[in-house]
Amino acid sequence: MYAAIAAARAGAKVLLVDRSLIGRGGATVMAQMTVAVAVGEEEPDHWEHHLADTLQAGRGLCDRALSQLLCEDGPECIREMDAWGIGWARRDGHLSQVHAPGHDRKRCVYVDFLNTGPAVSKTLRARVQRMPEIRRVGDLLVTDIALRDGVCVGAHAVHVSTGRAVPIAAKATVIATGGLTRLYARNSASINMGGDGYALALRAGAELIDMEFVQFFPIGHLAPRLVGMDPIMWDPFRYKLGGRLLNSSLKEFLPEEGRYTSARDLATYAILKEVEAGRGSPHGGAWLSFQHCGEAELRSAFGPVIDRLAANGIDLTRQNIEVAPIAHYHMGGIRADTDMRTSVPHLFAAGEAVGGANGANRLSGNAITEAVTFGRRAGARAAALAAKTAMPAVSATSGNGKRPDLNPAAAIVELQQVMNRDAGPLRTAAGLRRAIAHIESLQVELPAPREGLDAEWVDLHDLRNMRLVAECVTRAALARTESRGAHQRDDFPDSDAGWQRRQAIRLEGNTCKLS
Amino acid sequence: MQAKLKVWRGDPGAAGRYERYEVPFEQGQTVLDGLRWIRVHRDPSLAIRFSCINANACKECMIQVDGKTVYACTTRLVDGEMTLEPLRNKALIKDLVTEIAPPDERA
Repeated sequence: MYAAIAAARAGAKVLLVDRSLIGRGGATVMAQMTVAVAVGEEEPDHWEHHLADTLQAGRGLCDRALSQLLCEDGPECIREMDAWGIGWARRDGHLSQVHAPGHDRKRCVYVDFLNTGPAVSKTLRARVQRMPEIRRVGDLLVTDIALRDGVCVGAHAVHVSTGRAVPIAAKATVIATGGLTRLYARNSASINMGGDGYALALRAGAELIDMEFVQFFPIGHLAPRLVGMDPIMWDPFRYKLGGRLLNSSLKEFLPEEGRYTSARDLATYAILKEVEAGRGSPHGGAWLSFQHCGEAELRSAFGPVIDRLAANGIDLTRQNIEVAPIAHYHMGGIRADTDMRTSVPHLFAAGEAVGGANGANRLSGNAITEAVTFGRRAGARAAALAAKTAMPAVSATSGNGKRPDLNPAAAIVELQQVMNRDAGPLRTAAGLRRAIAHIESLQVELPAPREGLDAEWVDLHDLRNMRLVAECVTRAALARTESRGAHQRDDFPDSDAGWQRRQAIRLEGNTCKLS
Repeated sequence: MQAKLKVWRGDPGAAGRYERYEVPFEQGQTVLDGLRWIRVHRDPSLAIRFSCINANACKECMIQVDGKTVYACTTRLVDGEMTLEPLRNKALIKDLVTEIAPPDERA
């Protein structure tokens, strides 16, 4: 949405397409936490300090130019959204900033209570709605990028409610479809986070990078059953109140002493190692305890959220809850330069769909900063290119593959289980080979949809993309014979200086080629 | 425990019908969990609309349960019969899916 706003502002006519409702799905709306940005309102700060922390967290693999764009443009985007009425939390007349793990100071702005992502989505949605240059169309699923002589000329889409093929001609196209966390059984994703943008870009001839780096959020909610809340909601509780992470003997196993200081990759690794050693919680995670906090302290930090927990039968003053690592974000993605150009002419990418800014491990709070800064840059550059491009023509085509004899909804669940078990936060060559064998056994062609809403066809579409993206993740993970950041190999537990380089993937025929 | 879900199925302009599914569940699971179970274990052609799964962030999964408009993702399954229908005041797309997009965001 930020890309659409920036492009419209630069004079372009924009078509904003979403496979579901505009601005309701995706990852941003799910982000309850914070946005890292060096606005320096809580204490003096500069984007160079933010950059240093980002590069440090990235374990030597950040694309420095992209990281710099994120850190340098962040403050301007945050102030722009402030002017648009987002309602960043304030204290004593300035923006309130908290200290999140991995940052050297209080840098993260937020919207109370646990409302950061929904507020960002709502603010951008309202902005987009007010710009007549932006035509918004929901329930439109892009199945492939339209190409002529290797140049992107728009997209092929299907109107989900009717099954109608919709050709889209465009002078410039921006992919802003988010990440791939739906590949995993345990994830914090919306349904549309199956890696659509990666698959579109790859099939169009673009290069993907760093595909093995999937960030697992260490303390995703595990038990008891919680509904109406984001599974990663415990993080802001920990920012504000600490909270103790305990094993089955109710002992802290990270050197935290009740404070929240461990980076995500280290915490994920520590929890899984406790589980592996037979010291996990009953459902296979760790205990998280706030029992040292009084009711008044909990209520002042979390207001109405305490009532939502009570509705789920959870009283933090009397009980611990169970948490476990959960797929949360993808550091890898489409290779893009600082103009957000992919390797396919006239095709741009923005947000989590772009790889490189966060290296092997993303710093807490950088995801929304990345979404808005990259979106703004991509929109402006795409508009500039469009201004000197003639409108191409795109003809309607729809899939003509054979409808496979399987339940695609069940095949997706099976793939998610395989990925979680064999290509999750702890990896081995044997497990990754098992996952690759499963992926290779899944050959999915995309048929034409039946008339009306063909729910099975939508699943087939998703399975086809998820399968391709899963292949990228597993092949890249198998090739990287070291451990670094979010990529942890049990059979290669140490980092190897020779591997301080990124892997790229291209599609050659039907094969993913690593380089 | 087992929920007996009576689910309205049909296309716009056609008569429609109710189909019954027996869905095993654990305490705390939701109507959306039940519908997703049906698609995986019984019938993937069942059309439902949701995005965020159970955070109640996307607000896309509104349906009628026993005549009341609710979010499927926050309504708990019960050990007994529940009748699931599409929203009555919105145009039907298929099964439990209705046209809930703002008019100027439709194709």
